[in-house]
Amino acid sequence: MTTETTPIRGMGHSVKRKEDPRFLRGKGRYVDDIKLPGMLYMDIVRSPYAHANITRIDASKALALPGVLAVITGKDLDEAGLAWMPTLMGDKQMVLPVDRVVYQAQEVAAVIATERYIAADAITLIEVEYEPLPPVMDPFKALEADSPLVRPDREQKTNHIWHWEAGDAAQTDAIFQQAEVVVKQDLYIPRIHVSSIETCGCVASFDSVEGKLTVYMTTQAPHAIRTVFSLVTGIAEHKIRIVSPDIGGGFGGKVPVYPGYVIASVASLKTGHPVKWIEDRSENLQADSFARDYHISAELAATKDGAMQALRVKTLADHGAFDAAANPSKFPAGLFSVITGSYTLKAAHVEVDGVYTNKPSGGVAYRCSFRVTEAVHTIERMVDTLAQQLGLDPADVRMKNFIQPEAFPYTSPTGWEYDSGNYPAALRKAMEKIDYAGLRQEQAEKRARGELMGIGISTFTEIVGAGPSHTFDILGIKMFDSCEIRVHPTGSVIARIGVQSQGQGHETTFAQIVAEELGLPVENITVEHGDTDTAPYGLGTYASRSTPTAGAATAVAARKIREKARKIAAHLLEANVDDLEWQDYKFQVKGSPGRSVGMKEIAFAAYTNFPSDVEAGLEAVDYYDPPNLTFPFGAYICVVDIDRGTGQVKIRRFVAVDDCGNIINPMIVDGQIHGGLTMGMAPALMEAITYDENGNMQQGTFMEYLLPTAMETPVWETDKTITPSPHHPFGAKGVGESATVGAPPAIANAVVDALSHLGVTHIDIPITPWKVYAILEAHGVAEL
Amino acid sequence: MTQHVKMTLNGQPIEADIEPRLLLVHFIREVANLTGTHIGCDTTSCGACTVQINGVPSKSCTLFAVQMDGEEIRTVEGMEQNGALHPLQEGFYQEHGLQCGFCTPGMLMTAEAFLREHPAPTDDEIRQAIAGNLCRCTGYVNIVKAIQHAAKHIREEQAAPVATAEVTR
Repeated sequence: MTTETTPIRGMGHSVKRKEDPRFLRGKGRYVDDIKLPGMLYMDIVRSPYAHANITRIDASKALALPGVLAVITGKDLDEAGLAWMPTLMGDKQMVLPVDRVVYQAQEVAAVIATERYIAADAITLIEVEYEPLPPVMDPFKALEADSPLVRPDREQKTNHIWHWEAGDAAQTDAIFQQAEVVVKQDLYIPRIHVSSIETCGCVASFDSVEGKLTVYMTTQAPHAIRTVFSLVTGIAEHKIRIVSPDIGGGFGGKVPVYPGYVIASVASLKTGHPVKWIEDRSENLQADSFARDYHISAELAATKDGAMQALRVKTLADHGAFDAAANPSKFPAGLFSVITGSYTLKAAHVEVDGVYTNKPSGGVAYRCSFRVTEAVHTIERMVDTLAQQLGLDPADVRMKNFIQPEAFPYTSPTGWEYDSGNYPAALRKAMEKIDYAGLRQEQAEKRARGELMGIGISTFTEIVGAGPSHTFDILGIKMFDSCEIRVHPTGSVIARIGVQSQGQGHETTFAQIVAEELGLPVENITVEHGDTDTAPYGLGTYASRSTPTAGAATAVAARKIREKARKIAAHLLEANVDDLEWQDYKFQVKGSPGRSVGMKEIAFAAYTNFPSDVEAGLEAVDYYDPPNLTFPFGAYICVVDIDRGTGQVKIRRFVAVDDCGNIINPMIVDGQIHGGLTMGMAPALMEAITYDENGNMQQGTFMEYLLPTAMETPVWETDKTITPSPHHPFGAKGVGESATVGAPPAIANAVVDALSHLGVTHIDIPITPWKVYAILEAHGVAEL
Repeated sequence: MTQHVKMTLNGQPIEADIEPRLLLVHFIREVANLTGTHIGCDTTSCGACTVQINGVPSKSCTLFAVQMDGEEIRTVEGMEQNGALHPLQEGFYQEHGLQCGFCTPGMLMTAEAFLREHPAPTDDEIRQAIAGNLCRCTGYVNIVKAIQHAAKHIREEQAAPVATAEVTR
């Protein structure tokens, strides 16, 4: 009946991206590209101090400048009850301060003007008088009794925010008391910044006739933002439309609600004009939320022959002035408790204490699923530390302690149920690909000649795809996700999803899911997202959750359509519904492959020739609540050479074997891994945000905050093993962040390995040339 | 106080009365309304704003538009010819050389000028050439492949002129 020849190109095809033609022509629509009639521009006055009282703000000179329409201060917002807003973690944060600033570059006042340059001129005319207060910069000192308070607005008169723990303390302590071997290591995972190449910004447009606020903004989670906006402003939710246009990279930094979005919205309400606010890079680097900043103290108990038994971890988490992390509500330290990694341990106990300091908010992701990078760095460094202390090969120690493939589903000592894995297979594949034995031999020869070469391994387990909803919510909104599919009469499709791409290629991969499930060509499927007026409600894209949640919803919605299509097919084929099978992308009568009908014909019949007991149309929606998270994993091996004259670490080879279950688009998965590895290398070797004792942030531009260029970035070598998720509708796991999570310890382990014969046991990241050179000098092996 | 400027933008003359302090990137984006050229860092570090001035890749976020009086400017919007993508655009499409797309226009401008001077580059030469253009998404591997893809296509085209690349939807 059907002569369909256009290929379907569903699962497993490297389909070229549907979003590329507009980007390649310079026709992307990013937020700063939006220009509305009558649009005004906003610029922001920021605090030069990390901690100070504001004694006076005089805007008269700014207001006298032609083109300036308004100046908004904390006092103005306070009158409307908007000087503070809730954070995603149950804390509150200032939109604009009324009388006190708590970090450098904090928003102090906003100018609204007819032109971008006039707004920039006007902020220099606003006079702000400050009375500096001693800044709290060291999280350890912040907990001392005589420390100044960062947040005197709170009832609790301490800088301690919360204590959180997981695992069994008594059982863990008991194992440590009996242990043959205990290794200890302090690790600092520095504060870093996602630095997507597009900064944050918005165009807020209030229609006073309709009473409707539309905000085009750089957000990874438009629906949740709409709800938060409604709760904060009191505007009815159907009168708020959040549009997330093309996003120039997110990586977690575009999850939080920044004050600028709120102030621009207030400014649009106040002036009756659309208001554009775009951060410059310096503002973005200094004031937007940060990742990491974990001070970790770890201990690993083991037997003399290297069998790992228990892990004990204490952590101080520097959250800055507001607890505005972007974690699920019940997890103030994210999923850090996945810290037992890929290894069988009898017990573990993990503690984290959150601390306020006079820094911008911490705790957003940096391409990482809720604190997993910190956990993976710790366990992977500890395995190497153990191997080094016992004189064992780190690959052997891993093989000895891996959770075995037959042990899945595996419940970890901190309570996570790993869905599937085959860790030995991944490590074996990586070792073969890189010729591990050959490298060890080469290293021995080089070491004999005084050359410094190191080999580092990381065999990480990720935890991604939040929900399930019984455990995961954000501000009470359960972490499901959604898809709505409509099949048009001629067999083309529109699918709308609750997640939001920032470069992941959802317009392509989600079309492939629909193509696979419905048997319609990928070319004929449009995927839309990011507009809260049209897309179904979802929690957004971060923490590698899109494919595990909305991807699953897409498959399930398509399968709902297929079930209806079966009835229409039976009608068309004059067969019994039960006699039909879905085979080769069409319904056919069992045993009579000649009698078949494809989805294109069924779609037309759904509007023109449907049976009397079936509704017209062919569409479905699904809100998918995953039964569990997915646990992608990988085995990474890194080879470094160290220049004894400069201390520079050069990554000579890096083999990444990833397992993310079944793959939708291999080309896109490899692209995600290449990017993730680069964002893993960045904090391992280059990136860190630091402050001086006065609270001055020291990396305010890309001149100081060093992102990897093509010169530092090696040629990444990727490969795969495939262990499907048993609970995901098409066996996929998330993948966007695996490499960022897995790469840093492979690199750090390689550098320590290169220097281990000198007695070096640990180096905190970023492992910069000067840090390495100082070590070489101290051990008398530096070349002058 | 404004100043009159006249330049060529993607082959078309354009003139305007502008403030002397107006940055070239703002002139291109907001006066000429060509928004393919992006702003990423404001300090000539990231390359998202790269355009070509008389064929030379230049970062337009730290140049004044008035400096461009009489010059020829080319942006990403000027790459497509008669509905056919430039081989570099085609190469980025085929090799998955972009993800969020924000750095891509600047990357294309740098690469296009580079290939004119270096029609048969090594991978290392490409990496050196694009070191002033930051990409946060791709890890550069596929960008290098995309530029090689284009270089090969251009060499083949020059050796035996054939129909230009098929128009990509």
